[in-house]
Amino acid sequence: MSAVEALRELGWRVLSVIGELGQMLMFTIAFLRASLSPPFRGRRFIEEIYNQGYLSLIIVCVSGLAVGMVLGLQGYNTLVRFGAESSLGTVVGLSLIRELGPVLTGLLVVGRAGSATAAEIASMVTSEQLDGLRMMSIDPIDIVVAPKALALIVVMPILTTLFVLFGLAGAYFIGVGLMGLDPGIFVSGLKSSIRFSDDIGGCFVKALIFGFLAGLIATFRGYTAAPTAAGVSAATTSTVVVTSVAILIGDYFVTALWGFRI
Amino acid sequence: MEGSAAQDAHVRFDHVRMRFGRRIVYDDLSCGFPRGKISILLGGSGSGKSTLLRLLGGLIRPESGRIFVGNDEVTSAPESSLYGVRSKIGMLFQGGALLDSLTIFDNLALPLREHTAMTPGEIATAIHTQLSAVGLEKIDHLLPGQLSGGMLRRAALARAILREPEILLCDEPFSGLDPSSVKRIEMLLARINRERGITVLVVSHHIASTLRLADHALLLLPNRAVEGKPTDLRRSEDAEVADFFDEDLSIDDDSVAASEATQP
Repeated sequence: MSAVEALRELGWRVLSVIGELGQMLMFTIAFLRASLSPPFRGRRFIEEIYNQGYLSLIIVCVSGLAVGMVLGLQGYNTLVRFGAESSLGTVVGLSLIRELGPVLTGLLVVGRAGSATAAEIASMVTSEQLDGLRMMSIDPIDIVVAPKALALIVVMPILTTLFVLFGLAGAYFIGVGLMGLDPGIFVSGLKSSIRFSDDIGGCFVKALIFGFLAGLIATFRGYTAAPTAAGVSAATTSTVVVTSVAILIGDYFVTALWGFRI
Repeated sequence: MEGSAAQDAHVRFDHVRMRFGRRIVYDDLSCGFPRGKISILLGGSGSGKSTLLRLLGGLIRPESGRIFVGNDEVTSAPESSLYGVRSKIGMLFQGGALLDSLTIFDNLALPLREHTAMTPGEIATAIHTQLSAVGLEKIDHLLPGQLSGGMLRRAALARAILREPEILLCDEPFSGLDPSSVKRIEMLLARINRERGITVLVVSHHIASTLRLADHALLLLPNRAVEGKPTDLRRSEDAEVADFFDEDLSIDDDSVAASEATQP
């Protein structure tokens, strides 16, 4: 490849990236406008809450329980070396509420509901269903995208809460039920160390932001998928990859800005 | 483009240039489709037949040039103002494009619920009228995935004509259908055109059917477009045009013969 061809290729790729960023900005504006202005698609929104929230319940609750049990076991075995096993409630509570709850729930929901959302919308692109809506003067962002993305934003804090509660239950079962820790010590450690505005507030803010990222990226990737089987596959994969990375990077910034006020 | 076609054209393309990425589909396309007639769009794979329908519906935009539907220009209109133009257009997509998650009744009811103040009773009457016009009954509760290819295409046709459009765009309406379904769709299109005076544009590889059906034809060749009456194009002495019809009609005849041979 000659230098001119390489330069042309580079220029083409740069233009493509800029074009995609602009497209995503326009998509976000269209989504916000569709979400905030009538008609509100209540029935479709409830259906999506069911598809994305209710159908994710088992995976989130079981994972929360498993993570809580592991934390309880690891935490107890580590703390007992320093004679600090009474801090198990504090350690598990802060870990779950501040970090593990929102991040792991975000990753789980993206893997299940986000990928399904992207695949469904991309399939609608492939089968020209979205074009069919446009030709009937019905905005696909209004009727397809907005209910799905909004549902992801709403279910994320709810699922995160369940993940944390099941995680705490798992840690309690291990610490109190198996290791013989006093239940009062576990609960009082938990109550005394968790602050509503810093910890629970931060947890909700993270969950909302992760829900927004998941909703927007999944619907955008599906909406802009190439109308082929490979396009559906690429949209699904990139949704999981891009959203997971965005959640992990976003987690740092929210933690830094919310928890530590840098 | 012929002068008479340009004057009577219901739909007009004026020096349109279109490309996908680096692939140029049309460099300078000018053509017109007469009002109230059936026009067919012919051409090899990748010649831009379906692209032409999508440009007309404003689903994609050309790089340059102008496209008119009646007196409305669709080329530079913003998405929101295209809704007025699209209300005059019905489109039958290749795969039907009915929403998988909705029943046939809800699929047909969707545009009426969105854009009209019709009561549920009026909507039901309008839907059943259109479904019976395309020969379908008692399929209200079925999902699109539960219909055969021919039934799906007819249900999609019912949706396309539901709002009494002035123009009907049909993208490969015969593809993947058995000969009797092809005949049925062909007769439906002819009847819709005759009874309602709708301008019909049909993209098809089913050359024999479309030549029987059409009043006007546009053949998209690699670097130019040729239009006229189907019989005139069929007899054209232009080598490229003659080659296209010779090849495609022989393929068409072979495929019809093969599919008829497999019928019990």
